[in-house]
Amino acid sequence: MEKIPAIRFENITKAFGTKVVANKNVTMDIEKGEIMALLGENGSGKTTLMNMLSGIYRQDEGQIYIDGKEVQITSPKDAYELGIGMIHQHFKLVDVFTAIENIAMGMDKKETGSNKEIAEKVREICDKYGFDVDPKKKVYNMTVSEKQTLEIVKTLYRGANILILDEPTAVLTPQETEKLFSVIRNMKADGKSIIIITHKLHEVLAISDRVAILRKGEYIGTVLTPEASVQSLTDMMVGEKVELDIERPDIEYKEKRISVSHLTCLDKYGVKALDDVTFDAYGGEILGIAGISGSGQKQLLEAIAGLQRCEKGSSIVYYDTSNNIESELVGLTVSEIKKLGVSLAFVPEDRLGMGLVGSMGMSDNMMLRSYKKGHSIFTDRKTPRDLAIKVRDELEVKTPGVTTPVRKLSGGNVQKVLVGREIATEPTVMMAAYAVRGLDINTSYTIYRLLNEQKKKGVAVIYVGEDLDVLLALCDRIAVLCGGKLNGIVDGRTATKEEVGLMMTHLQDAAVNNEQEEQANG
Amino acid sequence: MDNAKAAKTREPLFHIVKRTDIPFWKGWLIRIAAVLAALVVCGIIIVALTGKNPFEMYQYMFEGSFKTERKFWKMLQDLAMLLCVALAVTPAFKMRFWNIGAEGQVLIGGLGAAICMKLLGDDGAQLSNELLLPITILTAVVFGAIWGVIPAIFKANWNTNETLFTLMMNYIATFLVAYFLVIWVPSGSSSLGKQKYGKLPVIGNDYLLIILIVLALTIGLYIYLNYTKHGYEISVVGESVRTARYIGINEGKVIIRTMILSGALCGLAGYLIAAGLDQTVTTESAGGQGFTGIMVAWLGKFNPLAMMLTAGLIQVLNQGAGQISQDFDVSGALPSVITGIILFFIIGSEFFINYEVHFRGHGGKRGKEGVK
Repeated sequence: MEKIPAIRFENITKAFGTKVVANKNVTMDIEKGEIMALLGENGSGKTTLMNMLSGIYRQDEGQIYIDGKEVQITSPKDAYELGIGMIHQHFKLVDVFTAIENIAMGMDKKETGSNKEIAEKVREICDKYGFDVDPKKKVYNMTVSEKQTLEIVKTLYRGANILILDEPTAVLTPQETEKLFSVIRNMKADGKSIIIITHKLHEVLAISDRVAILRKGEYIGTVLTPEASVQSLTDMMVGEKVELDIERPDIEYKEKRISVSHLTCLDKYGVKALDDVTFDAYGGEILGIAGISGSGQKQLLEAIAGLQRCEKGSSIVYYDTSNNIESELVGLTVSEIKKLGVSLAFVPEDRLGMGLVGSMGMSDNMMLRSYKKGHSIFTDRKTPRDLAIKVRDELEVKTPGVTTPVRKLSGGNVQKVLVGREIATEPTVMMAAYAVRGLDINTSYTIYRLLNEQKKKGVAVIYVGEDLDVLLALCDRIAVLCGGKLNGIVDGRTATKEEVGLMMTHLQDAAVNNEQEEQANG
Repeated sequence: MDNAKAAKTREPLFHIVKRTDIPFWKGWLIRIAAVLAALVVCGIIIVALTGKNPFEMYQYMFEGSFKTERKFWKMLQDLAMLLCVALAVTPAFKMRFWNIGAEGQVLIGGLGAAICMKLLGDDGAQLSNELLLPITILTAVVFGAIWGVIPAIFKANWNTNETLFTLMMNYIATFLVAYFLVIWVPSGSSSLGKQKYGKLPVIGNDYLLIILIVLALTIGLYIYLNYTKHGYEISVVGESVRTARYIGINEGKVIIRTMILSGALCGLAGYLIAAGLDQTVTTESAGGQGFTGIMVAWLGKFNPLAMMLTAGLIQVLNQGAGQISQDFDVSGALPSVITGIILFFIIGSEFFINYEVHFRGHGGKRGKEGVK
């Protein structure tokens, strides 16, 4: 007898307006007790497909079957009743509530019973799958990983048999990822079906049983994970052969561009986010910054950009080699730094919230960097428009037009707009934070290529990354932050992943620290 | 429960989908359809409640603004005043600075004008009219600007809540006017009486100058918001303060500068009321326009040109409602009910412009705009 799949999509089509077809005739199955990875480039329709399953969107055509029965999912409530739970990238939790309160939120008291009964049931779930949840802890006290765990427990508590995880590892450390994978395996053993959306191919290979691939809204096929490789998956996703080696050109002549010394910054709670950090960045090299997220990366880049207050004794010196001028940047505002003639490009982590204005089009976003030029009280609209068209054509930004709000573009295209604009300022220092987070492999390689081009032009590139494989392949030197302290700088050509991983979590002796730095510099 | 489960196996009757784009004509078709639907609903209510002929009532409503030349000019002038206040709040709202203190800023501008007219005119310092006129205007504008910039300074430096702050400033303005009236009119009458000196000059007819001033303001503000560096900064600060900081915009400076402008325009509106329309000031001089103006600005999506239309709509409705209660033997509340229903439908039609309804069995065919 044929097995009945847990979920079956049949000829699902979903269009947004008349121009964008997000899913086209998608037909695929997900079995019970299976981990299915859903793979595709940005804008290939993965999230749209899952949103239809979880009741956020409604398909235009086609049917969804759960356990062999056709179902109508018109709201997230319907999805819950069918045992479908989705863990979104942005958690849907109430910060001031405890774990328990979040779990029972919106449910009938008669159904859930007292808080004690809920806690009891939550503990059962935790024991069964190996979760760790403190039922009384408030969400605002939780780490990202704890919040994610809570979201999964909440979904299971409500009886989900099908779990959808959207980019679950994007914000986790390697250790937390391993922990997550082990509970996912436990859930699978319990007969649950898990769909995981991720761009990290080595994770796909590590966790999934099968991989389904979408391209431009169409279902391309499903492969068994043991028969797949990073190369084969990439080729299927992109539709052509992709070169998967990151270049690292050797630049002979390097000149000191920025010298950071004794940099100390506080975070918004008054705790030291950066503690006495000292390093140099050179033109013609890519300096990687490694560290667990929240180790001071944000403050470091924002301090150089003039956005972060620095404590006494901190110094950031910029060397203008063509004019032989040294300028101290600490204490200056963004516009004062600009007035000094320092051309800083900065691709921040929060692309739409900080680097761009989501509701404006490409053209108006290009204007952010240039609108102040000239003495006229009117803005020059033609130059940014021309630049927008140039960036669109050169970086192949997919957009209906340069006036379409950039918020409506997919993640990869948003990043291309931002990076394209920053490069157009012809910087001498370029900083990028998590520049490929959430981006598909093709766009990621475009970003690496652009960074390397800047390096070849003699720009000092500072690249904050989370994927150690990429950092080790791309960067000339890697500075490792650990709890706000600089834990040493290693040579990207010789260092190993284990070495850097260890430095991210274990603070070294100060003496060793200096020695290593000298070695790396010399 | 069983029924609910059974229903789930059928495709739902309709579902709602967000539109990505809509042709220009179609948007307007929906809006016109909304007005027609509103008139039908109002007609039913009128017949049911009063038994009177709704068409006759609509005719009177229309005539309220268009029957005589005087009515038409009056409508245009009131429209201009309302639009003037709406224009004044627009830069602030575009910056997401919720200035609901326009009422107070207008009133304080009017007070400034009245002070000049009373104390510097022939009854007081006896300044010549050529001198009195600019001083009066300037005083009103500066008063309004000061009233507007106070909450902005607090917002920029200490991040206070501007909504509460501007709202409270309204009460202070009202009582300041009351205070001056007590000083000026010891008899206890709440009316200052018409001021003879320093009033707004008349060109053409009594109404024309105000209309022309506001028309010039509309065009000027449109250019300011859309084509100048200041206007661009307002948009960036409004959309994302963090982006503004990232790019090196001093958002405190922009907030203060914009609220000076917003307050100054309110002050000018106060001048037009106190020196133009009323030639006096009372605690009721602003007459709620500071709030109605906000509605006009929102409905016009902060586009000064579109706001001409929304101000016109609201003014025609108001004037029509007044006409009905004059000519018909109906409760004074009925015209307000009609106005309310029409506005409700027009605002509701925005839903059908942003979303479309797909009905079962039509395979993604557009649902027609049945407003309700």
